[in-house]
Parts: sequence; structure tokens; C-alpha cells
Amino acid sequence: MSLLRKSAAELAAMLAAGETTSVELTQACLDRIAAVDGAVHAFLHVDAEGALAQAAASDARRAAGTPASELDGVPIAVKDVLATQGLPTTCGSKILEGWIPPYDATVVARLRAAGLPILGKTNMDEFAMGSSTEHSAYGPTHNPWDLDRIPGGSGGGSAAAVAAFEAPLAIGTDTGGSIRQPGAVTGTVGLKPTYGGISRYGLVAMANSLDQVGPVTRTVLDSALLHEVIGGHDPLDSTSIDQPLPALVAAAREGASGDLSGLRVGVIAELRGEGYQAGVQQRFDEAVALLVGAGAEVVEVSCPSFAHALAAYYLIMPSEASSNLARFDAMRYGLRVVPDVAKNGGSPSAEDVMRATRDAGFGDEVKRRIILGTYALSSGYYDAYYGQAQKVRTLISQDFAAAFELADVLVSPTAPTTAFRIGEKLDDPLAMYLNDVATIPANLAGIPGLSVPAGLAPEDGLPVGFQVLAPALADDRLYRVGAALEALLEKQWGGALLDQAPALEGAVR
Amino acid sequence: MPEISRDEVRHLADLARIELDDAELDHLAPQLSVILESIASIAGVAAADIPPTSHALPLTNVYRDDVVVPCLTAEQALSGAPASEQQRFSVPRILGDEQ
Repeated sequence: MSLLRKSAAELAAMLAAGETTSVELTQACLDRIAAVDGAVHAFLHVDAEGALAQAAASDARRAAGTPASELDGVPIAVKDVLATQGLPTTCGSKILEGWIPPYDATVVARLRAAGLPILGKTNMDEFAMGSSTEHSAYGPTHNPWDLDRIPGGSGGGSAAAVAAFEAPLAIGTDTGGSIRQPGAVTGTVGLKPTYGGISRYGLVAMANSLDQVGPVTRTVLDSALLHEVIGGHDPLDSTSIDQPLPALVAAAREGASGDLSGLRVGVIAELRGEGYQAGVQQRFDEAVALLVGAGAEVVEVSCPSFAHALAAYYLIMPSEASSNLARFDAMRYGLRVVPDVAKNGGSPSAEDVMRATRDAGFGDEVKRRIILGTYALSSGYYDAYYGQAQKVRTLISQDFAAAFELADVLVSPTAPTTAFRIGEKLDDPLAMYLNDVATIPANLAGIPGLSVPAGLAPEDGLPVGFQVLAPALADDRLYRVGAALEALLEKQWGGALLDQAPALEGAVR
Repeated sequence: MPEISRDEVRHLADLARIELDDAELDHLAPQLSVILESIASIAGVAAADIPPTSHALPLTNVYRDDVVVPCLTAEQALSGAPASEQQRFSVPRILGDEQ
């Protein structure tokens, strides 16, 4: 267990010093998965054999003095929405059950090139549509802090795997908060980069203009280390930014000194108050006070158009999703359901097969969003809704631009509440959507956002997330501020927040 | 925004090539109405002179040199196909009886 609790940075140092091996470490993770994943259900697929083979290769490289990267040999879990050659990729959907991609996503290829053994694929809301992982066709993931509660979503599997010490690192994706909100409710660190900062090639798209891949970790420094492995320009993604990443690891190391002198922090007035749980607000306010103590100057900023962010998001995202998911047509890959009797009594046509397959293969939330998107893009409604949503997107970017005139970073609670109970909001889509109210604006504007643990809410003892936002391309600021806050809080807690999480050995649900 | 009717949902699902049975329509139609009602507030929010944003970062066309690069083999491309024949995807009939 002691090996499992170490950060990826510590493990990398131990591997470099020959104090452990990648095989030992990978086996420890696999043992942990075997012990607790029956209760947590973070993984949809575990590749023990492949991970151990990659670990052995890593150990050989280390022994030869030619490690492929600083993180060579540190195991990782990958969200099941990224294509992995030779490993199943389901996106949490029945329509892709058993699909084995013939190619790697760029992020996966970079992980392999850097020598990180891939432990397996993590659970998620179907096609990343949800905030609780309950929309997975393969059953929900359970929050390691309380197995009766949700781990957030859509990347609840990746966040839970890291929080339950099943993996030191994981990969997530964030379209409206799917990295940051699970980070918040599981007491882990999640970062969505600047749009275009990490390749989307091989990421099964929900909403192209919003989707981003990012690191899911237990510490801020680990996030920066992983970000530098997977980030940077990729010619296979035409929306990839063609310039070098900022110095992310250096920023995290600098921030860990706890000195934020001269930093201007903007508290977003619209992301507080009504709808925010008292304990969430309390921990957020305390964290802001810590930043002030570290030398930061705090101002309040107003982003009035955020009031319309959720509405704009729920027009733009389903519109893009309805178009993207048209590719699941039962012809080239995935499920094919042939209906018994075609409508006209003859042999079923391709359209009959598509209809039957998409009914059987998609879950309720996916159907809701496809229908919503089809509606928003219909002639007669397009200008009033989709067109308006695109304009609101401009207003939100303008709000951010004005706020960043006054502050270097903006802050808010990551999610309005702590983890809710499994089943509580499953059939109330609107209540579910409200979980992402604080994370969505960053996706609409394409700016980077980070969630770091801010403590436990006094009323329920569950983790609270603190969100930091920076201008596009300034992801390094998130690492500086995040690492400073983490260092200051851990001094108060006397260790990592996850040290307070329940042990899961022998846990049953 | 008008409330979305059961028939409209059926029509939209048809456009999206999803077969919905009566039970599903009963379940989804009221939920979609609630969602649409909540996002209807967006109508009229932005003035006419506000330009639309389709992408977070300004993008122009990205070109590459016209050179052959490695790609999937036919076997790889067909590896996930529900049915294939003679190195091609095999699909159900695509013409209706009226054609």
C-alpha cells in the first residue's frame, strides 16, 4: 500500500534511483484493482498482461540507462473514450461493445512512447454525456469516499481510479467539466487544458469545439508532468495549437513554494451564492483567504453572461453531438441489430437496421442529446437557438477577456455541491446538468481550468473542489496557483486530503 | 420556445435514425420539454451585432504537404465491421421498395 500512495513524481524518482521497478509498481496497481475495483468499478477493462509487458520493457530501458521519459514505468489508466490499439474502446456504450480500435489516439501513442504502462480503460458516462458516470451502459462507478455516492462524470472512472489508489495517474476528457467536476467530488486534481493544447486525434468526439483531453492525478505536480508528456502540437488534429507548451512542471515547482506575491486573483461573482452548498462555499472562501495570505491580491469580477452559459452549452453541445454520433450507423464498426420484420414487410433496409441499432445501442441520455441537437439544428429553430447560443459564446469570451484585464487568474468552486447519492438525479436531466454550471464557461471560451481539492465540507465530510481559470495558452498559471494552494492546504491538513479517505480493502457494496 | 410534443419527438428521432417505442416516447418527451423550456431563455439574449463564435480559438484551414503517409490496411479498416465481403463493408439493402 505504501508504494501505491506515492505520487507519480515520487515513483518516478524511485524508479530512477532503482528503489523499485515498474513491474513491481504495475503489479501493485493490478493487485489493488483486484482488491477494490469490485466495489469501486472504476475500470471497464484491465490489461494485466499488456501492462506487465510494458513495465518489463520499461525496466529494461531503465537498466540500460535509457529511460524514455521522466515518467517511464509509472502506470496509468486511460478513459475509455480514447482509441487504444488492441484494447477494447467502448465509450461506456453498448453500441461499441467489443470494438477494438486498429489505431492509437495521439495521447495514447505519446503515453506508450514515454513508457507509461497502460493498466486499462476507465468507466465513463456513455459517450462522456453526464456528470455522475451513472449513464455508463456497464453500470456506475462508485465514489471511493462513500460507495453510495457518485464519483462525478463523465470521467468518474478515471477520478475514482486515482482516488482509490488503483493508479497513480489517469487520462480524462472534459467537454463541460468531465475532468474537473469528478476531480472535485473525489478529492483529486483535474485539469482541462487550453482548447487545442492536447491532441483530440483518436478521442471519440462528443462536441468537437468543446472536447479536450487532460490529466487526472492526485497532485498538481503530477498533473504538470503528465501534461508535458501528452500535450503539444499534433498535425493529426487540425485544431491543435502549433506552438510549444508553456513550462508547466517548472510552474508547479515554483508554486509549491507557496509564494503568490503580486498575483491578482479574481473571484467570479456569478459563481457563488444561491445553489452552492454551504460547506462548498465555506471551503472555497477559506482557500481564497489562504491565497491572500500567500501574497495574492483578490478582486471580485463580474461575468454577467455566465447566466446564459448553461443554456448555450445545452444547445451547442447536443448540436455537435447529434452530428458526431451519426457515425454510429451499424455499417463500419460497432453494433448491428437487424430487426425481425421491416416496416414494409420486406427484408430490412440499411435505414431499418440503423434505427434498430441506434435504439438498442444508445442509452437514454445519448438519445436525449441527439434529439435535442437535431431539434436545435432544424430549420426554423436554427437562428433562434443555435445561432443565439453561438453569440452567447462570444459574450462569455468577452466577459472572460474583461475579467482577465483585472486579474491573472479567476477562481470559483468547481462544482456547486459535493457528491450526491447514486440514483438521486438520474431521471432529472436538468438537475444533473446544473452540476457543470461553474465548469462550462471555460469550455465555451476555450480557456484552461484546474480543480484542486479544497477540503471536506463540514456538513457531509465529502471533498470540495477549488477551480482556477487562466487565459488561453496560460496553463502554467494554473499550475503555479494550484501547487501553491495545495502546499498551503496540506500544511493545514498535515498531509494529503486523500489520507482522510476510507480504506477500501474488503469493502463491499 | 413551444413545448415539444410527443409527435415532434417521434419525428426528430426518425430524422436522427433512432427507433423509439411508445414507452420510450412517454419517458423522453416530457424530459425534453423541461430541458427545452430551461434553455429557451437564450432567445434574444445577444444583440444582432454580436458575432457568433463557432470555435474557441480563431482557426483557419490547416494544410499539409500532399505526400503519402502510412495508413490503415484494408484488413485493419474492416476489423470492426459487422460484416464484410471482398475487402468491403457489407451492408443491408439501401434502396426502398418504392424505388
